Amino acid sequence: MPLGRPASELPKLSKEEILRYGRHLIIPDVGLTGQRRLKDARILMVGAGGLGSPIGLYLAAAGVGTIGIVEFDTVDETNLQRQILHGTKDVGRKKLDSARDRIHDVNPNVKVIGHDTRFDATNAIELVRDYDLVVDGTDNFAARYLTNDACVLLGKPNVYGSIFRFEGQSSVFCTKDGPCFRCLHRDPPPPGAVPSCAEGGVLGVLPGLLGVIQATEAVKLITGIGESLIGRLLLVDALQMSFRTVKLRRDPDCPACGKRTITSLVEYTQLCGLRSHADDADVPTLQPEELEQRLRKGDAIDLIDVREPNEWEIGRIDGARLAPLDDFAETLATLDLEKDVVVYCKMGGRSARAVRQLQAAGFTRVWNLAGGIDRWSAEVDPTVPRY
Amino acid sequence: MSVTVRIPTVLARAAGGKTTHEATGATVGEVVTAIAALHPELGNKLRDAKGEPYPYVVFYLNDEDIRFQQGFATPVADGAEIVVVPAIAGG
Repeated sequence: MPLGRPASELPKLSKEEILRYGRHLIIPDVGLTGQRRLKDARILMVGAGGLGSPIGLYLAAAGVGTIGIVEFDTVDETNLQRQILHGTKDVGRKKLDSARDRIHDVNPNVKVIGHDTRFDATNAIELVRDYDLVVDGTDNFAARYLTNDACVLLGKPNVYGSIFRFEGQSSVFCTKDGPCFRCLHRDPPPPGAVPSCAEGGVLGVLPGLLGVIQATEAVKLITGIGESLIGRLLLVDALQMSFRTVKLRRDPDCPACGKRTITSLVEYTQLCGLRSHADDADVPTLQPEELEQRLRKGDAIDLIDVREPNEWEIGRIDGARLAPLDDFAETLATLDLEKDVVVYCKMGGRSARAVRQLQAAGFTRVWNLAGGIDRWSAEVDPTVPRY
Repeated sequence: MSVTVRIPTVLARAAGGKTTHEATGATVGEVVTAIAALHPELGNKLRDAKGEPYPYVVFYLNDEDIRFQQGFATPVADGAEIVVVPAIAGG
């Protein structure tokens, strides 16, 4: 069953559009009606980053009439390795602006509606309401639960994709009879249990692979062709180059789509334990400037870098020693309880966890370097490369 | 019963870098215990301190979610395949 209005109510294609979409029109399964469905379709992309880039480009090229984009971020250099909606010239611009320009370059017929806001519990329902389906290109658990719950409450299909390093997952959630994301993972993992791409990295082409799968599923749902990923979770492993699907079942006890105990959207950042400044209040911090002064004075500081060896290789703070967080238990035994300990990582998240471990082990003179080596590079030593 | 266990690369570091493991056991739980004995660090990522699966790491036995069967008590047949799928959220 295709989404949207009956065939008789669909918009007509212009002569120019017929020429542009010729390769679609000659596929019997798509044809004129399928293309008119695409033209009539309203798709909301949540996020215009790694996954959102190929999603936006291919949905635009395919002739989706209206593409809404929720995105508050600006383009930075670290995005360019995978976010092909944005170019080098766009660094510093709003992602919404570069996405709109690029999409209109691909296909000026597409109406792009920019939602310059963070997708949150206060606006998700209003944002999703106006669209036929949602494509989830977000990058954190809070946004994924939020997207899912909003789609369940409004009965909108949610084309899901997520990635980490070399692996990805995709499915179609929140259809009338299919499972939702909460049927797969009822509750989010505790903070720190699953690293983010910013912490763990991602192969640049991987969001391309998964985003194209999401765009394919969206086009199939709109035109009503093929077998969608409803009830299946596609697992992609780029290192093995293997694709397999496992079965997803609708959970009758699911709080979202089963028992329907979730009747409104909650504060998802808290649900997912995303770090906020308030949460880290119990972790003593040292500003980059203060550390620089103390090192310059020759204070006896045990400076611990809890990043991975490959990050250490990119750059480090002079005088530090490497002790990756994964093996931190072994490092604890090597520390002197009497000495001041300063811990850092890339941005301050992993080192905050290390500080908590140190506090639990009885260390009292221990600090987290605020903003990690990234801020150290920005404010103290620009010879340390940022990444 | 000898079964194949496939873990994602994100967990492979805790298991000598290998994503495919052979192990024996009569149930999924026994297979996980056998793997954990060889790779304790991986074991901690597959089950909690009580030996129960984490809600965010899903086990598929021959592509079927074991939570809709008998969880870790689900019997495994010789030659079965267990795929471990942790939640990821990157985008």
